[in-house]
Amino acid sequence: MRLEVLGVTVQGIISDISLAAENEVVGIVGPNGSGKSTTLRCVYRALKPDSGAVLIDGTNVHKRHDLARELAALTQESQVEFDFTVAEIVEMGRLPHERSVRDAQAVRDALATVDITHLASRSFLSLSGGERQRVLIARAIAQEPRVLVLDEPTNHLDIRHQLEVLALARGLGITVLTVLHDLNLAASYCDRLCVLDEGRLVASGTPAEVLVPELIAKVFHVTAHVVRHPTTGVPQLLFDQEVTP
Amino acid sequence: MVAKISALVGVLAVSIVAGVALGPVSVPFGVTADLLWAAITGGTVPADLAGQYRIVWDIRLPRVMLAAVVGAGLSAVGVAIQAVVRNALGDPYVLGISSGASVGATAVATFGALSGLGVYALSTGAFLTGLGATALVYVTARTSLGLTPLRLVLTGTALAYGFSAAAMLLVFQAPHGEAARSAMFWLLGSLGGANWQSLPVATVVTVAGIVYLMTRARQLNALAMGDETATTLGVPVNRFRTQLFVVTAGITSVLVAVSGAVGFVGLMLPHLTRMVVGADHRRVLPLAPLAGASFLVWVDVAARMLAAPEELPLGVITAAIGVPCFVFLMRRKSYVFGGR
Repeated sequence: MRLEVLGVTVQGIISDISLAAENEVVGIVGPNGSGKSTTLRCVYRALKPDSGAVLIDGTNVHKRHDLARELAALTQESQVEFDFTVAEIVEMGRLPHERSVRDAQAVRDALATVDITHLASRSFLSLSGGERQRVLIARAIAQEPRVLVLDEPTNHLDIRHQLEVLALARGLGITVLTVLHDLNLAASYCDRLCVLDEGRLVASGTPAEVLVPELIAKVFHVTAHVVRHPTTGVPQLLFDQEVTP
Repeated sequence: MVAKISALVGVLAVSIVAGVALGPVSVPFGVTADLLWAAITGGTVPADLAGQYRIVWDIRLPRVMLAAVVGAGLSAVGVAIQAVVRNALGDPYVLGISSGASVGATAVATFGALSGLGVYALSTGAFLTGLGATALVYVTARTSLGLTPLRLVLTGTALAYGFSAAAMLLVFQAPHGEAARSAMFWLLGSLGGANWQSLPVATVVTVAGIVYLMTRARQLNALAMGDETATTLGVPVNRFRTQLFVVTAGITSVLVAVSGAVGFVGLMLPHLTRMVVGADHRRVLPLAPLAGASFLVWVDVAARMLAAPEELPLGVITAAIGVPCFVFLMRRKSYVFGGR
């Protein structure tokens, strides 16, 4: 499914952001406050842009009343006050699908995919940060979307689960738009990267095209050396200790 | 789940019969059941039981039924409000209804406002100012981004102070002490004015409201997870929150008009229910009203009997029974509304 962000502007935060993704993993990277989450919030409709539009298969997301059946999102919102069980939270992903016979199976599959079947009857609030994050990812998967939007999906996860979650997102074979802080993970798992700086899109392309020392220095104010990963060949960054002004 | 509902329906039925049987003039349990059965099925009542029949049918039953309706309604509204404002301290009065209603009720009780309406003056005055207060909270809390939970709670709480101050001013300016006392009694909740005429509106509004909420149980679950999450799950958050606001304000103002501001039920029954069955609104919404109905029936029995022939305000009893129950459950179960 094709996702297009066309000239999206939110006054004072992001201006004229355009990007597209279709059945691939597109990563958004950039420093804190560069507008990454705001861009995603426009995509999953938590914000209405002041100008520009987000299209899904050519239709504006604000005109798609059944959008929740096509697009799922993992938001930064993590303050759950109610003591739901893991299974109950994952089952919420079935809300957009009017009580279909697939509900129970989709929930079981999602739990198994994220490897949390053993947590199904546990209280969400009793889980660790990483376990909670996986539960929320399972909920998005249970939604059976064709576009998945992830806001820092690797937050709180240990290295093994970071790799697993990103491999999982890739393996779904659907359109994935994800914000990532770790540039090396972004290089390993994204087909293309978009770099935001101060609310503007400053570069986009394959990781090899984007992750070059000049751009890293300009956007992140650090000195980076690009090396090839010995087994996969993707570019990886090593950083000097001193930050550049 | 079916077993739990059946059990609570059974408890409620027994509570209602017991509530009718118990009082300053006790009617034996078996006789009460026979009389109620005769009344419902259109059977005949022996002549020597005519007096007891009057007590059972004309005085006690409407009052007990109203207790059940008020208990059920306040519990359901409490469940919904806690999801709307995503706050463990949410209760039916957090939107300023009870303090708003108290302004109207005290104006009627102390200065004889609306005296043209006779015995309905108090409940009408309470209903009108309660609804007016809620409308004011709604208008004040609303922004171009819709109603956010925190703004709603803060606005409701802040305006409630203002309404309470107005009601207190009326009480202290009252021409005679007895009027102030009756206003105060009303503020703490009482079913003393219950009769068959006060039942239909309260019952219809409460039942319709509970049915509406039950059909929205999954959306309430999504809303409890946060506005953005609910949006991504296809819930039109702003419209849904406004709908819930209107429904809960409607139920609460009708109930406040017939029973005063009965505290504790709407705050604690939702928590007690969640402690037993978890947070899923598909389970909480059918069970909390049933539990709340039985609870308030017994509270009203206590209000009638403990200091007979005087009556105690319901708010005093709800707190006296509810707080120890709540503390007990809180200690026993690892209940974590509000996070760890």
